[in-house]
Amino acid sequence: MTDSPLFDTPGPRARRRMLWMNIVGALVVAGIGFLVLRAFAAKGQLDADLWNPFVGSRAWENFLLPGLKDTLKAAGISIVTASIFGIVFGIGRLSRSSLVRRVSGAIVEFFRAVPVLLMMIFFYLGIARLHVVEPADLPLVAVVLGLTFYNGSVFAELIRSGVHSLPRGQREAALAVGLRPTQSLRLIEVPQALIAMLPAIASQLVVILKDTALGSIITYPDLLDAARRLGSGDGNILQALMIAAGMFIVINYALTRLAGRLARRVGGRTAGRPRAEAPGLAVGPGAT
Amino acid sequence: MDDGYLQQYVSLFEEFDVIGAFWVNIQLTVYAGILGLVLGTVLATMRISPVPSLRWAGSAYVTVFRNTPLTIIMVFCVLGLWGQLGWTLSPDFTTNFFRFAVVALTVYHAAFFCEALRSGVNTVPIGQAEAARAIGLSFLPAARLVILPQAFRGSVAPLGNVLIALIKNSTVAAAAGVAEAAGLMKTMIEFRPDVILAIFLTFAFGFVVLVVPVGMATTALSRRLAVVR
Repeated sequence: MTDSPLFDTPGPRARRRMLWMNIVGALVVAGIGFLVLRAFAAKGQLDADLWNPFVGSRAWENFLLPGLKDTLKAAGISIVTASIFGIVFGIGRLSRSSLVRRVSGAIVEFFRAVPVLLMMIFFYLGIARLHVVEPADLPLVAVVLGLTFYNGSVFAELIRSGVHSLPRGQREAALAVGLRPTQSLRLIEVPQALIAMLPAIASQLVVILKDTALGSIITYPDLLDAARRLGSGDGNILQALMIAAGMFIVINYALTRLAGRLARRVGGRTAGRPRAEAPGLAVGPGAT
Repeated sequence: MDDGYLQQYVSLFEEFDVIGAFWVNIQLTVYAGILGLVLGTVLATMRISPVPSLRWAGSAYVTVFRNTPLTIIMVFCVLGLWGQLGWTLSPDFTTNFFRFAVVALTVYHAAFFCEALRSGVNTVPIGQAEAARAIGLSFLPAARLVILPQAFRGSVAPLGNVLIALIKNSTVAAAAGVAEAAGLMKTMIEFRPDVILAIFLTFAFGFVVLVVPVGMATTALSRRLAVVR
């Protein structure tokens, strides 16, 4: 308990009391779990024929794995495009020209404030009118564009705050050895900011992966959509959605752990402070 | 933009209740915000308590719901709890879906409220607690007078970010069939595809107007309340 400021290391009496609280707490948690299970059992939701489909290969081969593939595809493309968007506008926000800085700033702030679903619906219906992509690819393009503009803006903000949190000496030293300001930005500051933001990028991947599920609203055949189709065929939507959620949780938990490990490892390779989360619209004191 | 375009665009507002749709988003945000903050506070208390079973349950909740897409929770509530289990939260059809959307938003954002509050506690240096004990304060006075006031100040900005995320995520209620802004935008664009850009910008700026003041207010508040260390 030494990691929390609230509690002192417990003595023998506190330890005995904690043992009792622990038992009571465990019983309460187990009781809630039992009530949920009983509510499910009362409706026959634990019956084997509702869960059996997920043991066989049919559900996985025809629905869940193709759905997961499409989810990962949309997320993968979005990560690449959002990174490009983020680097372009992140450097734009650090530009020496105040016009470039302001325009990039306005774009980044705008896309961080607009809901991703709104953008996806707009691109889905808007690009359909332009007839520039195959109708079959339309949902994928709309999902990728929506995710790119939002997460690209988050990346841009990360680069900006990453560069600003570097010690001033980095830039001063670069200028002192004869680099021009743009060279200092490109060769010294942005690379270190990128390394410092690696953990935050890894946790942003979780956001991208979760937001691909919004694609199911605009008919993108992602994991959620696959689970829904699978469940409506067998009458076990509840169970199918729980399996899909479980798949998301496993992947995202692994990504979160990766972000934590990265945060500990990259510390020595940058003069900046590694941060684990992307900055939001509301920033605390001391943030740059 | 000629007169015809502008006129067509303005005529849309007579046909559709844009303000009403945004009002639904605001209501979703307020209800889910209050309930989520209550649930999040309970979870945060569990996570910082010295009792291992409660700590474990709190972090299990956060891990599960923070890593599940909100859309899945929303669809789960409507198709699973209502469609398959037959649960209803209100005899009225529209209210029923609205309440399910509030439940989904609450359950999801409670995990984030919990983490925001917990991160506030983590900003308090351990020396503060040691100093509180050294001057003779026992657990409750130390928590009330020294630790928690600093913890709340430290969690203003993270809480503001969760609130902003909640405002934006209230559009996901469209997946539960709630008549809110994102759904109305889709209907309006399908009805009048020739002014699609104007319609999108209207709704987008509506959210900018809702979100940016919250961001600025919480930023200013957290700077004002900042604990100088």
